[in-house]
Amino acid sequence: MQIRNLLKASVFAAGLVLANGVIVAPAWAEVVYNRGSAAEPETVDPHKTSTVYEAHVLRDLFEGLVMQDAKAELIPGAAESWTVSDDGKVYIFKIRQGAAWSDGSPVTAEDFVYSFRRLEDPATGAEYASMLYPIVNAEEVNAGKGKPEDMGVKAVDANTLEITLKAPTPYFLEMLTHQAAYPVNKASIEKLGADWIKPGNLISNGAYTLAEWVPNDHIKMVKNPKFHDADNVKIDVVNFIPTEDRSSAMKRFEAGELDSYDDLPTEQLSDLKAKFGDQIRVAPYLGTYYYAIKTDKAPWDNVELRTAISEAIDRDFLAEKVWGNSMFPGYSMVPPGIEGYTPAMAKFAEMSQIDREDEAKKILEKLGYTPEKPLKMEIRYNTSENHKNTAVAIQEQLKPLGIEVTLLNTDTKTHYGHLEQKGDYDVARAGWIADYQDPETFLGISLKASGNNYSNYDSPKYEEAMAKAAAAGGNPEERLKLLSEAERILIDEVGNIPLLYYSFHNIVSPKLVGFEDNVMDVHPSRFISKTE
Amino acid sequence: MLIFVVRRLLTAIPTLFVIITLSFFLIRVAPGGPFNQERGLSPEVKANLERAYGLDDPLWEQYLRYLGNLLKGDFGPSYNLPDFTVRELFEKGLPVSIQIGTSALILALIVGGTLGVIAALNQNRTADYAVIATAAAGSTIPTFVIAPIIQLVFGLTWTLLPIGGWGGGAFVNKIGPVITLSLPQIAIVARLMRGSMIESLRSHHIRTARALGLSEWSVVVRHALRGALLPIISYAGPAAAALLTGSIVVETIFAIPGVGRYFVDAALNRDYTLVMGTVVVIAIFTILFNLAVDILYAVVDPRVRYD
Repeated sequence: MQIRNLLKASVFAAGLVLANGVIVAPAWAEVVYNRGSAAEPETVDPHKTSTVYEAHVLRDLFEGLVMQDAKAELIPGAAESWTVSDDGKVYIFKIRQGAAWSDGSPVTAEDFVYSFRRLEDPATGAEYASMLYPIVNAEEVNAGKGKPEDMGVKAVDANTLEITLKAPTPYFLEMLTHQAAYPVNKASIEKLGADWIKPGNLISNGAYTLAEWVPNDHIKMVKNPKFHDADNVKIDVVNFIPTEDRSSAMKRFEAGELDSYDDLPTEQLSDLKAKFGDQIRVAPYLGTYYYAIKTDKAPWDNVELRTAISEAIDRDFLAEKVWGNSMFPGYSMVPPGIEGYTPAMAKFAEMSQIDREDEAKKILEKLGYTPEKPLKMEIRYNTSENHKNTAVAIQEQLKPLGIEVTLLNTDTKTHYGHLEQKGDYDVARAGWIADYQDPETFLGISLKASGNNYSNYDSPKYEEAMAKAAAAGGNPEERLKLLSEAERILIDEVGNIPLLYYSFHNIVSPKLVGFEDNVMDVHPSRFISKTE
Repeated sequence: MLIFVVRRLLTAIPTLFVIITLSFFLIRVAPGGPFNQERGLSPEVKANLERAYGLDDPLWEQYLRYLGNLLKGDFGPSYNLPDFTVRELFEKGLPVSIQIGTSALILALIVGGTLGVIAALNQNRTADYAVIATAAAGSTIPTFVIAPIIQLVFGLTWTLLPIGGWGGGAFVNKIGPVITLSLPQIAIVARLMRGSMIESLRSHHIRTARALGLSEWSVVVRHALRGALLPIISYAGPAAAALLTGSIVVETIFAIPGVGRYFVDAALNRDYTLVMGTVVVIAIFTILFNLAVDILYAVVDPRVRYD
């Protein structure tokens, strides 16, 4: 009897301890956000960044002059305010009073002067140096033709930064939200050299500091108590967890190992939607999937022929059947979603697919191409199941019209190496994701001088229209209208064949609050909270 | 014996040199470079990058510099993960791969070896057929099928194991990867063991042992097994070199930070220095394990002597 009572008492006590633990623990427990990503970030040095995976990490570690909020709207960052001169060329930023590095030292205007010079210094080898090219002499410094001191960046005093641009650039503030424009800590770089970037050494000025980095396992970041808005940062620890295998990632999400993941196995999209409901977030993202077509090589130099090819491609089929609605049919280079801008859609966008095919067939017949006497065309694409399926679908769609498509698959490096060296090809797959929210980022790549002009598009009309838009920099509304007119030329002349607009595909636990969908797919951890 | 080992290690040096030289130039023949990507770089930016990494120097100069640095133990920076040197990546990743690989190998030798012996002793009986059938299945089902099934059953349905991740090297995180990696090895070892054991049991010295009236245990374990181990040892050497340097499939599916993925990723990314690092590491492992096999031969088989 006594033993039984003793047992009862112990069970009761154990129960109390457990219950107590459950009830009380959350009050002290640190909030951990396990943030899954499809790839490993390459670096935590803002000036060496090259992929979107670093962008997510760097956005949490550092704070630029201006930043983006949970909806990707521009907000003050390390600068609390700024003014722009009437001619749109001189920006004066007031650095936030009390802004501090994670070691407690103040963030000053001098830090930004140092950082911007470092980004442009040829020795840094920054892939995103072009983010600050609008600044006077920045491009010259980067090309080794100017002195860093001559760049249009000046610390008027500790809290005042003056930036002078070559020409009014309405999207300059948007460019400053890019991670390449974040500041780095001069004192620690000078003291530690290449080791300044290591966990434990890295001094940052954002909402989090770097605690651990085990490549291909996790990056652990802890809340930075010195951050000016630390009181409103709800998550104590953010673990960035790369999980390359998308199917594994889904299971890890389901098991609760990940709270969110930034990609989906798109071939399973409809099953995933049925299973996870509104935890699956798929919506437009500022990116265009297109085919470059050699506009300076016969027979592709014929606008009519290019139109026929573009017209004949059934984009609804691609979006729905090949991509499982994880992409959207695209008819312009600039995807919809940039405020104030109306993309110039291809004229046949509103026509039915049957009418479009008829029209294309007529053009091809006129040019002498029929299924019996077909035109040969080669599509090059980089390795990916979806790129292959897209090309195969297009191959099938063009066949009845008298175009015999052959496919050539190479790995990503070979593919882009070939395009960069202006190798010989007919049609090649390419994609463009916005670096900043402005049509310029999508239209600039079709300028003659651009290294990304894979179509070798060279249209005096287009160059002129783009120059006109650039000249209207002081008048944002007018400028956007002129850019749209330029895009009209590019689309009508089929300088590229836009096929699809990208979408972001996230899976997000209902526990996460403040993970807002937006066209830039930007989700700073400082605005997210987690409920149990 | 010592002389033999020293001589073998010395002959490994020219072998390594040839491997390094060939690989260094072969990877440069592959089209594209480390900085080719969807978002193309302007010629100025690309020139800056190439200069920063010394890729603008003549190839022979780069080669001599690489050899010089290698002698100092410097494998250079990774192009794809510039915050790390290749050496750091291996220092972090290799212990993970070695832990998983060693566990898988030991498991395969013990389980596979035992199964093989059982099968051999029960030749053409139910136990034998069961082992042969299991081994056939084990070696034909690929790891990329086994791994997701383990995740699904043990991770999601029964919630006994984590789905993926290294968890700082926690025991539970290793179970899935080790089992996945060892299953095909168990199958191979079991078949090898069965074959060599059957042969060994038929040999003259076993007949003599039986004739002398030794116990079955003594016959099997002390005499037959010893002779039957030789093929297993010659298999285990190269297998160990392969297992200990990681598996891309297992590491990718279980999201564990080993070096197996570098072999594929580095080549696809044209991360020249990391490619070279993986080549050197694999070459060294292969040379060492082959040496170990030869030494073990001498230990197990008294007829083998290196003088």
